[in-house]
Formats: sequence, structure tokens, C-alpha cells
Amino acid sequence: MNWLPQFSLERFKGIILKEFIQMRRDRLTFAMMLGIPLLQLILFGYAINVNPRHLPVDVILADKGPLGRSILYAFKNTSYFDFIRQLNSDEEGREALNQGDVTFVISIPPNFSRDLVRGDKPVILVEADATDPVATGYALSSLSGLLTSALQNDLKGPLAYLNGASGPFDLQVHPLYNPEINTQYNIVPGLMGVILTMTMIMITGLAITRERERGTMENLLSMPTRPLEVLVGKITPYIFVGYVQLSLILIMAHFLFGVPILGSIVLLYAAAFVFIVANLALGIMFSTIAENQLQAMQMSFFVFLPSILLSGYLFPFRGMPLWAQAVGEVLPLTHFLRIARGILLKGNGISEIAPEIWPIALFAVVALTIGITRYRQTLD
Amino acid sequence: MADDFAIDVKGMTKRFDKRTVVNNIDLQVRPGEIYGFLGPNGSGKTTFIRMLCGLLRADAGSGTCLGYDVIKESALIKTQVGYMTQRFSFYEDLSVTENLDFVARMYGMKDRAQAVQKSIEQLGLSRSEKQLAGELSGGWKQRMALAACLIHQPKLLLLDEPTAGVDPKARRDFWEQIQLLAAKGLTFLVTTHYMDEAERCHRLAYISYGDLLIHGTVAEVIAHAGLTTWSVHGPDLIQLAEKLRQKPGVEQAVIFGSKLHVSGADSAALEQAIAPFRAGPQQWEKVPSGLEEVFIHLMEKSTAQDSS
Repeated sequence: MNWLPQFSLERFKGIILKEFIQMRRDRLTFAMMLGIPLLQLILFGYAINVNPRHLPVDVILADKGPLGRSILYAFKNTSYFDFIRQLNSDEEGREALNQGDVTFVISIPPNFSRDLVRGDKPVILVEADATDPVATGYALSSLSGLLTSALQNDLKGPLAYLNGASGPFDLQVHPLYNPEINTQYNIVPGLMGVILTMTMIMITGLAITRERERGTMENLLSMPTRPLEVLVGKITPYIFVGYVQLSLILIMAHFLFGVPILGSIVLLYAAAFVFIVANLALGIMFSTIAENQLQAMQMSFFVFLPSILLSGYLFPFRGMPLWAQAVGEVLPLTHFLRIARGILLKGNGISEIAPEIWPIALFAVVALTIGITRYRQTLD
Repeated sequence: MADDFAIDVKGMTKRFDKRTVVNNIDLQVRPGEIYGFLGPNGSGKTTFIRMLCGLLRADAGSGTCLGYDVIKESALIKTQVGYMTQRFSFYEDLSVTENLDFVARMYGMKDRAQAVQKSIEQLGLSRSEKQLAGELSGGWKQRMALAACLIHQPKLLLLDEPTAGVDPKARRDFWEQIQLLAAKGLTFLVTTHYMDEAERCHRLAYISYGDLLIHGTVAEVIAHAGLTTWSVHGPDLIQLAEKLRQKPGVEQAVIFGSKLHVSGADSAALEQAIAPFRAGPQQWEKVPSGLEEVFIHLMEKSTAQDSS
């Protein structure tokens, strides 16, 4: 209905510049934007030990022969397992796991030594409390090496043939309570996405409501501005902030926590652009809907919760029910976690991450469009 | 340009929910005129101004502002209007220069630095140009706001209570600026509660509860109200005022320093009411009514009507 002025680069630049100056003046917020990533990284990084050793283990040793004991020594030598008690039955073992007394119960079956020497490939059962896969993941992955190495010193001479390629015995791992185990290095790259989500949504969530509460909105609206200029102009400075955060986290992740960087950093930075913009767009959308800064904050928290719970950050994505997965697929964080973990840990290239990029981009476009349509040009 | 008026609107109406805040107001303001807009708090002055510059959508009404359609072309109107809000609405965490530079960018000024510099000099802001706007005192804030409103060389300035909370010297300086600019052809629509400021306006309108009750020059407004006022000089004015207020025909009995002003719309009834007191020790003298008496008269009349 109303005639609108042309999109003006000059006005757009004016808004960006103004936001930068305000950002610089608001020392506390600026410090928070840099402080939050550092604090979270240190808390999460050190509090959540991604490679816990000396986990408590109960043992059910039914074998009377010498090889069972040899194997237990091999377990112990990995430094992941500390033996607590010797139990007599499977029931006792299950109860110990139920109560959380131990993380693992290792059962060596009766006649293990005899069967092994016969070449029957007896099976050792390892039951794991996998409620927290991070806790068990490393320990379990160390087991694969045991198969061939554990009995190397015992099986000599005529028995040496048993040390073949597939090993003299089998290990059966029962990850109880939570069968999904894929959390190696998960937390720190995941934090990258979580921190960006939290700060980016919140900071722009306040962008418009702050102008309204301080009364400056009336002035801004009395000038010939376009919604696109204002909204994109407000977002742009924080893309820069997002990159500063990303770099901080990446440096700390690599040098402090030894997270490997197998893929291309450039690719990660490019993908992060879409992700940062999506979060900023969501924030600015909230900002146009919320009546005041408090409401904008509440809306931000409304998104944090599913983002953290359903994105695969804390809990394995594939372990969730389908409806939760569907919600998770909508969230930008879900896709960015896959991208970040994929590039850093698996060395993924553009072809692997492309399917994760477009849902984030779509999300950004939708959020920004809603924001622009909701942005009121009058005070009505 | 179809007319010679800077503002020429008819039937402007604004409702919030079911409450009519601006009711069918017509207004014509000539270029170069300082037009005063008066009325009690909450009477719809701010709402009316916001409709003029496109900050609020009118529910009804038509007309032009600077030759542009007031309903359909508000974006064009914005480019040529300076609006100074009642509450300081610039960025308190930006310095004076930064604020002015921001405004200049918003209006797409070509030689921005020059425009900013010029307006800083024009309003004598040089000493505080690096200061944050939030640290300025009330008077300087108003001055900066005026500078910001002028930077894009608007043809019309809408000033909403520009001098509220500003000391008398700063107020006088402010008005001198306005009169200087009006002499150069700028049009002003100013709301105020101060009578001395109202008297500086070329023309006035009085608005109450959304209705425009009266408009014209100061003399016209006073004449139109048809109020008779007596000035009383002498002892015991407080007790006298107390007694007079009980009498029918006496609308106001207000003490101004050593004088008591007694006014009423019905001249005969007023004279009858004061007759018994004129024998007292005070001197009575019939004087022309002031704007203040007229406005209080209007305010009380509309409250009475409103509650009846």
C-alpha cells in the first residue's frame, strides 16, 4: 500500500556502522560474546572427559584355566579397566550395572581355556553401561586390539596358529541401556554449534526489541528506511562476531583438547556462514515478534532446549524416536553438528556436507522472510 | 502541488481498539508558520503528529502533507519531514557526531560530513560533539535532537513537546532557533504545555480528548473563548479566592503572585457573583483574559462534557 524507498546501500551501511559502534560501547555484552565460548569450552571440555580411563569393572571368571587370567591382565593393561570385584553369577553382574557400581562386567565363560586351545573360539561377554556413550566409547574401542594381542605370549609353539587373523577368541559387547555409541570427539565440535546457536539467537533477538524499549524505534521509523536494510544491517555485524567465536573455539578445540582437524578449514568456515546467518535470522525474527526484550530472551531459550536435546549434541540422534528426529531435522544445529563433526573428525568434503547445508539455508530464508513480513513500519 | 498549505488534512481519525484518540480533526498549516498544538496530556496530540509522518495509520481522513498524500505517500513525506519525539529517541550510546552521521546516512545525504559539521555548528554543539548522547543534559539533548531533525533540510518540522524539562534559558534559545528557521520558510507544528511558548506561535489549535475545540491566532483564540476576567489586588486573597470559588458564575479564581484572577464565561453571572466582595479592602480591575485562563476554561468545559 505504501510507497517504499529503494534499497539504499548507504542506509544499509549506516545501520551496520551504528550496530558496530553500539557493540563496541556495550562492553559487557561484548565481553560476554567472547567470554561465553571460552567459559563453556573450558567447563564442558574439562568437565566432560572425552577419554575416561580406569573405569570400574566387575569380573565373572568361570574359567579354571590360565588363559582367562591372561586375558584379564590384557584388559587391565589398556588402562581403561580397573577391576573391583569378582562376581559369581550373571545376575550379580546385572545388578552391579543397574546400580551404577561399575561401568562394565566382563564374563569369561566356564572351560574358556580348554575351548580356546581346542580352537573353538570361545566368547567373552563384555556388558557395558552405555547410558553415557562417551564414558564407554573409548574403552570399548580399545577392545578390538585385544583380540589378537592379549594371548600372544601364552599361545606359543604348537598353539601359535590360534593367533590367526581373527584371533583365538571372540568378544561380544553388549552396550546396555543405550545401544548407540558414536561420540568420539563429539562434545567439543558440537559445542561450536551450541555456542553459536546460543549467542547468535540471543544477541539479535534483542536487536529490535531493544530499539523499541529504548524508544529509538520511533525515530528509526520516522526516517525513510526499508525493513530489509534494518534487519540485514543489524545481522551483518554479528556474522563477524560469529566468526570470531568460531575461530576461538576451533583454536581451543585443536590445541587444548587435541580435536583433530582432518577436513578443510575453509570448507568449515564457508558452511559456518550459512549456519551463523540462520541463527541470526531466527533471532531477528523473534525480535520482530516479541513485545519486549524479556520475551525475546524467553523465545531464545525456547529454541535452545530442543537444539541441545534433539540435535544429537548430547544424545545420539539415531537413538531418538522418529518424531524427535523429525523435529531435530528442522533445527540448524542438527545439520551443523554433522557438518562440523564430519569435516573435523571424518575429513568430509563438500559432497558429503552438501545435503546438510541446504536445510540450514532454507531455515535462514524462511526465518528472515517471516522477520521482514512481521517487521512493522508503523507503531500501530 | 495542489495547494499552498504545508499541512492540509481533513477528518483525521485514529482509534485504538474502540477508543477514539483523534476524532475527525481538520488542520491547515501554511508554509513558514509556527503552529502551536495545545491540549491536556492524552488528548491525542502525539497520535495526530504520528499520523502525519506515517508512524501510525489513520483510520479515516485524507489530505496532503507537503503536497504528498498523507495516507498513501508517507514514505515520501518522511524524506522531507523532521520529527522530534517527545522522549529523546536517539542512540544514547552513540556520540553526538555519530548520531548525526547515522541520521544523515538514513536520509541518504550526499555530502554527509559537511552536513553533519554544518548542523553541529548551527546549533552550537561543537563543544560536545564527541560526548555520548546519553551523557548530555536535557537542554543539550533537545538541541542535538533538533540538529538531527534538521540535518536533511526538511520542509516541515514536527516537534512534540520539545522543551519539556528544559531550563528557561535553554527554552528561550530553542525558540529563537525555531523562529529563525521559520523566517527562512520552514514550517513548524509544535506541541507544548507552556503558555509563553503558545504565545510565540503564529497560530494555535486546542485539542482535547481527540476533538479540536478551537483554533486561530492567540487573539482569536482568546476572543473566541469569550471569557471575562477580573484582576484583584490587595490583602487576604487566599481566603477571597476560597469564597469566590463557591459562587456560581465563577469558573476560576487563581492567584498569580500578588494578584488574583477571577474569570467566567458568563460575564453577567460573574459580575453578580463578585458584587458582594467588591466592597472589600481589595482593588478590582477588569483585564483581558490570558491564554492560560482560556485553556483551563476549555479543559474544564470538555471534562464536564466528557463526564456528563
